Amino acid sequence: MKKKVMAIAAGVCTLGMLLSGCGGSGSTASAGNVITAFNSEPQNALIPGDTNETGGGKVGQLLFANLVRYDSKGETKMEVADSIEPNKDATQYTIKLKDGWKFTDGTPVTAESFTKSWSYTANAKNAQKCSSFFSSIKGYDKLQDADSLKGDEQLEGLKVQDDKTFTVDLNSPNSVFPIMVGYLAFAPLPESFYKDPKAFGEKPVGNGMYKLDKWDHNSQIVLTKNGDYKGEDKPKNDGVTFKIYTDTDAAYADVQAGNLDVMDTVPASATKTFESDSKVEAYNKAGSVIQTFTIPAGLKHWETSTEEGQLRRQALSMAINRENIVSKVLNGVGTPATDFIAPVIPGYSDDLKGSDNLKYNESKAKELWAKADAISKYDGKLTFSFNADGGAKPIYDAIVNSVKNTLGIDVATNPMPTFQEFRDAVSQRKIEGAFRTGWQPDYPSPENYLYQLYDSDAADGHGSNDGDYKNAEVDELLSKAASSPSADEQNKLYQQAEEILLEQLPAIPLYYSNANGVAAKGIKNFEMDWQNQPIYENLSK
Amino acid sequence: MGKYLLRRILQMIPVVLGTTLLVYALVFALPGDPVKAMFGDKPVNESVAAQIRAEYNLDKPFLVQYLLFLKNAFTLDFGNTFSGQPVIDEISRAFPVTIKLALMAFCFEAIFGCVFGVISGLKKGKWYDSVILIVSLLLISVPTFVTGFLGQYFLGVKWSILPVTAGSNPGFFDLLMPAMVLGSVSMAYIIRLARSEVSSNVSLDYVRTARAKGMSNRSVIFRHILRNSMIPVVTYLGQDLGALMGGAMITEQIFNIHGIGFLTYQSILKGEANMVVSVVTLLTLVFVVCNLLVDMLYAALDPRIRYA
Amino acid sequence: MTDINTTLPGQERYVAPLEETPLQTVDTVDESAPATSMWSDAWRTLRRNPLFIISAILIVFIIFVALFPGVFTKTDPNYCTLDDSLEPARPGHPFGFDMQGCDVYARVIYGTRTSLSVGILSTLIVVAVGTLIGAIAGFCGGWIDAVLSRIVDIFMAIPMLLGAIVVLQMFRTVTSIWKVVLVLALFGWVSTARIARGAVLSSKNLEFNTASTALGSTPMRNLFRHILPNSLAPIIVIATTSLGSYIVSEATLSFLGIGLPSTTVSWGGDISNAQSILRTDPMVLFYPSVALAVTVLAFIMMGDAVKDALDPKSRTA
Repeated sequence: MKKKVMAIAAGVCTLGMLLSGCGGSGSTASAGNVITAFNSEPQNALIPGDTNETGGGKVGQLLFANLVRYDSKGETKMEVADSIEPNKDATQYTIKLKDGWKFTDGTPVTAESFTKSWSYTANAKNAQKCSSFFSSIKGYDKLQDADSLKGDEQLEGLKVQDDKTFTVDLNSPNSVFPIMVGYLAFAPLPESFYKDPKAFGEKPVGNGMYKLDKWDHNSQIVLTKNGDYKGEDKPKNDGVTFKIYTDTDAAYADVQAGNLDVMDTVPASATKTFESDSKVEAYNKAGSVIQTFTIPAGLKHWETSTEEGQLRRQALSMAINRENIVSKVLNGVGTPATDFIAPVIPGYSDDLKGSDNLKYNESKAKELWAKADAISKYDGKLTFSFNADGGAKPIYDAIVNSVKNTLGIDVATNPMPTFQEFRDAVSQRKIEGAFRTGWQPDYPSPENYLYQLYDSDAADGHGSNDGDYKNAEVDELLSKAASSPSADEQNKLYQQAEEILLEQLPAIPLYYSNANGVAAKGIKNFEMDWQNQPIYENLSK
Repeated sequence: MGKYLLRRILQMIPVVLGTTLLVYALVFALPGDPVKAMFGDKPVNESVAAQIRAEYNLDKPFLVQYLLFLKNAFTLDFGNTFSGQPVIDEISRAFPVTIKLALMAFCFEAIFGCVFGVISGLKKGKWYDSVILIVSLLLISVPTFVTGFLGQYFLGVKWSILPVTAGSNPGFFDLLMPAMVLGSVSMAYIIRLARSEVSSNVSLDYVRTARAKGMSNRSVIFRHILRNSMIPVVTYLGQDLGALMGGAMITEQIFNIHGIGFLTYQSILKGEANMVVSVVTLLTLVFVVCNLLVDMLYAALDPRIRYA
Repeated sequence: MTDINTTLPGQERYVAPLEETPLQTVDTVDESAPATSMWSDAWRTLRRNPLFIISAILIVFIIFVALFPGVFTKTDPNYCTLDDSLEPARPGHPFGFDMQGCDVYARVIYGTRTSLSVGILSTLIVVAVGTLIGAIAGFCGGWIDAVLSRIVDIFMAIPMLLGAIVVLQMFRTVTSIWKVVLVLALFGWVSTARIARGAVLSSKNLEFNTASTALGSTPMRNLFRHILPNSLAPIIVIATTSLGSYIVSEATLSFLGIGLPSTTVSWGGDISNAQSILRTDPMVLFYPSVALAVTVLAFIMMGDAVKDALDPKSRTA
């Protein structure tokens, strides 16, 4: 009996080899070792500098290899770069490339592949959505007046020394620059890109682990292994096919039925059961996305700069039972927040001074609220605004109930139908109350969270400091950290800044979204990285 | 008759113009800024945003935007989506799937709705009338997401009878379950309508006359009762085909069907005027044509209805 | 017009064995009976219909719950604590708790008012507007029909989501249910109008109409006295059946953040909130759905009875 099965299996293999035509490599991994993965339709053409959402980001990361690469734990490793050397005050970097890297069209990856690409993205004429990532490079400001530009002007801070070397001049010291360049927008582009960016966006040519085979819109994106990939960690499968879904529930059902191999999220309807679901393999660990809500720093009674405001913010924060929300509403796919960054980011800590302000404490909350009321009586109504199309409703219902039950004050949710309406209201500062904020990091550094969200430079519409929080002490600590060469020293400074934030609470941290996902039974090496993404290249069947 | 048809076809012109103007205005009135939303939670580079606005004419006043759209539409250029895809491509990908799904759901609800409705109406008060009432009541009160989930979980995941999701390029079997889920609510309406009409026609004089003439039960039912009961049913069915195409959003999500309903939903959320207007105009044409067919059917069903 | 039971003994032998009116009732005319109007006729038929009595009792009960929810529960439907999240039923909380830890029983009771008013008001407006426009279109024909029908075509194609977001945006600060009713009616009337038009088209050529025109009746009188009553049946069926869908649609709007404030308890809202826990805790979805189903059932039965009473075709007995 067993023999017969073997014979049939062998027959199938031969047939498979015949059909596939070549099949002579002798490797045991046949054409069947292709992983199917969940994705949503990318919202932009697949151009690294124009990709700013996960649908395209997931694909881009597999197609392009940057100067550096983040490993699963968020540590930065050299990839195309041989070395990235700062000058004394971290305002200039000299970057040397490794030999032998090639794009999949056969052209070599040179210093110019990087400098021209970065300039293209930074140049406002080209309308790339990630252009502001290059704002720290010298000459960025000159490339922002789109009307007077042609599109091929270069950043003056980028200088090519030779084929494999270039230097970068920055506007101000920036110690995280070597980490930042691992973000997708910093990917190199081949010459062919500039001839027809539009066509390139449909069929990008990169230097990464995989190459794009075809992109059937709203259906699938087929990637095959790039045999010329020069990186250290080679893919353990022959390709990744992203299947485009309208909804996570549908994808989950497909994983259960064995029609889909892996998905990087779990629909709300399955969060309670996916870890015990015998049909799937589950993954659920703390991740890098932090969920917060922000109360504008200048809101009456809630000012971050007054004692009353700080007391109210602390009371509000302590009135929220994060443990309960995480376990009952999220069913454990989140982790209660203890700071302003995230557990997988270097520099994370769960016992900073003031982290008690993020713990549920009914009596203390009441006490602090009464203290604030003694300074100035509060009789307003606090609303929590969020976009209703993102699934945040149960969370905010729970927050409102928790605050109402603890403090007995008038609070209510204020859902807005679409993300665009919500973001517009936030950016125009039209919301007089709390509003949903959250941060998905672009690169694994506390700087990416703290500077972008709480520095005065990022306030007033210049960045993502949507509450317009301004604190000179925080600013100074952040800029000191930016010019400090040692990672330990940097983290210490970031933590000091966080302790101020914990006291003044410009935003109130709620929880970290977990990296959670499922894979079909039989998929090997299913793990997720610091970006809450499966490590696609390690998966195999 | 020919003149009437011609007039109806000419009427499509103001209908299409009216629809495009109205829908364009509605999308324009949507709160928020679609370009800012493209940057997500991240800072917006104003000069980049301005470039994108210019590319999509979003920086121009409403009427100019609308007229530009209209002008291009005459050359069959319906503009691009925010992801750079031509609107016409997106629609031509989604439309065939939607037509397939809607037609299947339509046949399902028409056939089963009429059969059960007629049986129910002929045997008013009998036990199967009550059973059919309860079943149609269930279909009306249970939301689509529940029927969809139950069907998907049991027929798909658990017992593997039907495909779990439809995916791209779905065939008949892939769409069988979605079509049933989609058509079930309308089926309940048709059951109710058919039952009510049949039951009130069953005791009318002409039916009695026909029976007295010795006509067989079968021909009485088919030639007399049914023919006279069909007008409301046909009316409902006629308007439902368009509704099935445009309003299948929940079903499409559950079964991963990239159809018109989901496309419309997404582009409304994103504020993509070009896409929304094009899809809605297309749907209007479907409604106009269906309603024209229904009016023609009226005349066939009831010779007293005549159009000049 | 008299009761079937008064048939003389032996009479039945002469009647064909069909379910039809005995001859006597057709032949005899009770001279002493008062002149009857359509409405009093209908009322007399209704009173004797058990379907009507049952549904009337149900509806009165549901209205009572809507008016006096406090009689049925002392629990505050808006007091929710995650400590009770998805707890099963216990004394005082017969239906258990939902995900936010709210008492499901109290929410079903308190949700009645919103859901019932949204359902009934939307249905009434839809029927009134839809029937009027449809009837005029069908009755007048010609260019009036063309204009009205093409407006219907346009309204049918406009996605409700789009219209709802824009319209409700104008009433962001209004918290009453009228804004929701307005939107539901705005997008609901077209379907009724089509049905009404079709029904009017088919009954305007019937003999009685020609007869009454010959007797000198005006067209308008014809429309309201003869044609509309003859066209009501399908309208009532559609109206009572869609009552439930309006109740559910209210939830969709609230879910999108454009409906009623979240403190307003409604069945639809609870049904859509329960969506994500359907796999694990279906009972949370079950109770409001049952309340909805019973309400729809009551109105469907009532509609059937009223239709039988009003529809001249059904009143041969």
